[in-house]
Amino acid sequence: MGRYFRRKLLIYGVTFFIAVTINFAIPRLMPGDPVARMLNRHSVSNSESAAALRTYFEDVFGFDVPLWQQYLNYWTALLQGDLGVSVFAFPSPVSSVVLDALPYTIGLLVPAILLSWIVGNGLGAMAARSKWLDNSVLPLGYLLTAVPYMWLAILLVWSGGVLLDWFPAARGYSLSMQPNLSWAFFVDLVHHWFLPFLSLFIVALGGWAIGMRNLVIYELESDYSNYLQALGAPRRLVRRYAFRNAMLPQISGLALQLGVVVGGALVTEVVFAYPGLGSLLLNAINNQDFFLLQGILLFIVIGVLLFNFLADVAFVLVDPRTRLGLEGGQS
Amino acid sequence: MTKRRNLIALMAGTALAVTACTDDGADDQDPEDREIDEFPRSETLYTTGSAWEPPGDWNPIIPGQVTGLNGLGYETLFLFDPNAVELTPWLAESGEWTGELEYELTLREGITWSDGEELDADDVKYTIELGQVDEVPYSNIWNWVDGVEAVDDLTVRVSFSDARHQEWDNFLYWNQIVPEHIYSDRSEEEILTGANEDPVVSGPYTVHSYDQDRIAWVKRDDWWATEHLDLEVAPTYIVDIVNSSNDVTLNMLAQGDIDLSNNFLPGIGDLIEGSPELSTYFDGPPYMLPANAAMLIPNTTIAPLDDPAFRRAMAFAISPGEIVDTVYDGIVAEASPTGLLPIWERYYDQEVLNDLGWQFEPSEAESILAEAGYTDSDGDGFVETLDGEPVEMTLNVPAGWSDWEEAARSISSDLRDIGINVTEEFIDAAAVDDARVSGDFELIINNWSGMTHSPWSHYQYLFQQPVQDEQHEANFSRWESEEGWALTQELAATAADDPRYEELLSELQRVSLEELPAIPIWYNGVWAQASNAVWTNWPSEGSDTPNAYPSTWNEMWRMGSILMLTELEPAQ
Repeated sequence: MGRYFRRKLLIYGVTFFIAVTINFAIPRLMPGDPVARMLNRHSVSNSESAAALRTYFEDVFGFDVPLWQQYLNYWTALLQGDLGVSVFAFPSPVSSVVLDALPYTIGLLVPAILLSWIVGNGLGAMAARSKWLDNSVLPLGYLLTAVPYMWLAILLVWSGGVLLDWFPAARGYSLSMQPNLSWAFFVDLVHHWFLPFLSLFIVALGGWAIGMRNLVIYELESDYSNYLQALGAPRRLVRRYAFRNAMLPQISGLALQLGVVVGGALVTEVVFAYPGLGSLLLNAINNQDFFLLQGILLFIVIGVLLFNFLADVAFVLVDPRTRLGLEGGQS
Repeated sequence: MTKRRNLIALMAGTALAVTACTDDGADDQDPEDREIDEFPRSETLYTTGSAWEPPGDWNPIIPGQVTGLNGLGYETLFLFDPNAVELTPWLAESGEWTGELEYELTLREGITWSDGEELDADDVKYTIELGQVDEVPYSNIWNWVDGVEAVDDLTVRVSFSDARHQEWDNFLYWNQIVPEHIYSDRSEEEILTGANEDPVVSGPYTVHSYDQDRIAWVKRDDWWATEHLDLEVAPTYIVDIVNSSNDVTLNMLAQGDIDLSNNFLPGIGDLIEGSPELSTYFDGPPYMLPANAAMLIPNTTIAPLDDPAFRRAMAFAISPGEIVDTVYDGIVAEASPTGLLPIWERYYDQEVLNDLGWQFEPSEAESILAEAGYTDSDGDGFVETLDGEPVEMTLNVPAGWSDWEEAARSISSDLRDIGINVTEEFIDAAAVDDARVSGDFELIINNWSGMTHSPWSHYQYLFQQPVQDEQHEANFSRWESEEGWALTQELAATAADDPRYEELLSELQRVSLEELPAIPIWYNGVWAQASNAVWTNWPSEGSDTPNAYPSTWNEMWRMGSILMLTELEPAQ
């Protein structure tokens, strides 16, 4: 077991190193000059003094040293927990820009992913055993998975936000509100959160349900199920085994989804004008904000690695075969 | 209504646990203001269209500030009035040239900073002297300013080595005065790159709070203009919202959640017709006041674009009317061949325009081409260069700028019609930037010649010399016109009331039309659509409404947009 985790950790370490290096390289391969873009966007009017300003900012951002030096500086700063200063939101530090947006993203995506996973798996498992449910859940699931997300989100805004006027159509909380610890503010927050949450929930639900249904049917028809039934085991017991086996791929799927959570839900954030990391990522790309881009990508890399690791741990816990396989490999 | 909404939210809230809650602006506000949990709708002005990034920069020295920092917060010595085309005193009571090389400013009495300190001559002196730091954006003034002296509390005397009237005027209304008592304790680095949170300001508002997608300003009690000019800003709070998608903005505008949108919203003309609550500056096309000239920039270092005759043929071949009508649905206007914005109409030289002006006339374009020796000898339907090389050019605009993409399509097809082989190509905005800076392009569109106090800035944009390997701000055509540049420099040093000023402008118009370093096509507008649901008396063309430019863009407050706030009235 110990060796298994040591090996995993080594692989994660190497992956982290490579991913961080790619994070550094990719933004710098894009065309364009972040400093020029920043000055242009804010129309610095006097061309005579713009040259000095440009040189100054290149120094501030550390673009005036050779690339290998920038790469070393990047690692040094990173290991000290310094993600640099955002070009796009200058002079805010990247860490504060990201951390300000993170709660919205996590608050939206984690409940949406977890709830759709739980409800979807439950529905899928039930559908596998009930003809009536199968005939209704399956087509509905296909429909929801096939619907273009953009279209569904716009439809929700239009129906829930404009036509019925039950929910606000944009933002994280009312424009008139000040964040505070009152009940009214909490209600306002949830009120704004609901539509974007619902859109993500609905779209993910179908996929989980279909996947689970197929997996359970497959497991119920496998040899061990037939053997158990032939031995006269109660149906309940057979189903429980089938369900547990079918859960394994779903757990990896969940881990992957949770891992990329910090990437945000770009389309959701745009359609619902909801704050979060997705639209920040888009802005970072559009403005050649190397540092913000690196910062967000770093969070994504850490997220993916962390949840994959957790999935590995979960596998060992829920699936005895993984454990046995490991020990078998040793002997 | 509110009850029903809350009920649904409550149901949702009890079913699900929520973690999304942030509060990042709260720790640096005035404690008195923090107590309100909700902005009263009737006292709050909601705006959008100015900010793209989360608020985080209160530094008036470096570019990229939060909406309203210059105007609502910091203020300038003068305002530029685009209707009268003159500077009007603001923090300064008056200012005049007291000698060939000497200018004297008198400040208004009793202006206070938001921390209670007096704004006096030392603040002005300090601000001007800050330009001696090379990296300060206005450091160029010290190329021709000699010294500055605070004569008494309210008088500042500036001496010049070269009296560049136009550039000095530009300084007077463009640069905000910063408080010396705060700034003098700061290091150079802090001044240049610090966030300057909790700014100490002289203007009508101070920062109330901010979050990812908004910044709120609250009215100050003791703004100097109330006493001096009998002006009072109407909204107690101004909440500016970081730009979101067009759909969201339109929706909020239609529902009366936003009072003023300074976004470019295609199709707004049709929407205005059907919504009595919404208004624009003009009731009909072009709806918006002009803000800048969109020009076709040819790279004059390559054949055949190096030939003014060839460029003149292009000017005749392009139909701006087509772009105005079909691409923009009439919310922009055709540009004058001079490229000067309509606020400079009084300087248009009709004689020059008669001699050298142009209009959409493909047959004329063809005959100019033929006369200059450009013919199609290989029979592919397109002309060759004078050396007989085939001409094949691309017009690059940023991908995703849908209006510019359509305009580029229209321009290319117009040019192909007269036998100039141009294809439009949409590339990443950053790649367009790179191309413009490095000169690695054939044709691009650019609109950086905007509204300022003097056509001098337009000619600086066209003719700036010397042409370098990298052109960052001006002369993207890389056209080397000794005459144009000499005239531009002379214009910089000429006062607007000097008879020579108008002569120079006529000469510059002639040079720019003869040499045609860039082809003006259309005027983009000061995009502004207002809702009359909560606030009325928006600026419009009508004689009974104010004429300030209705804009929250950062450069516009000092061009008189701040006066819009003093004229707004609550809707009944």
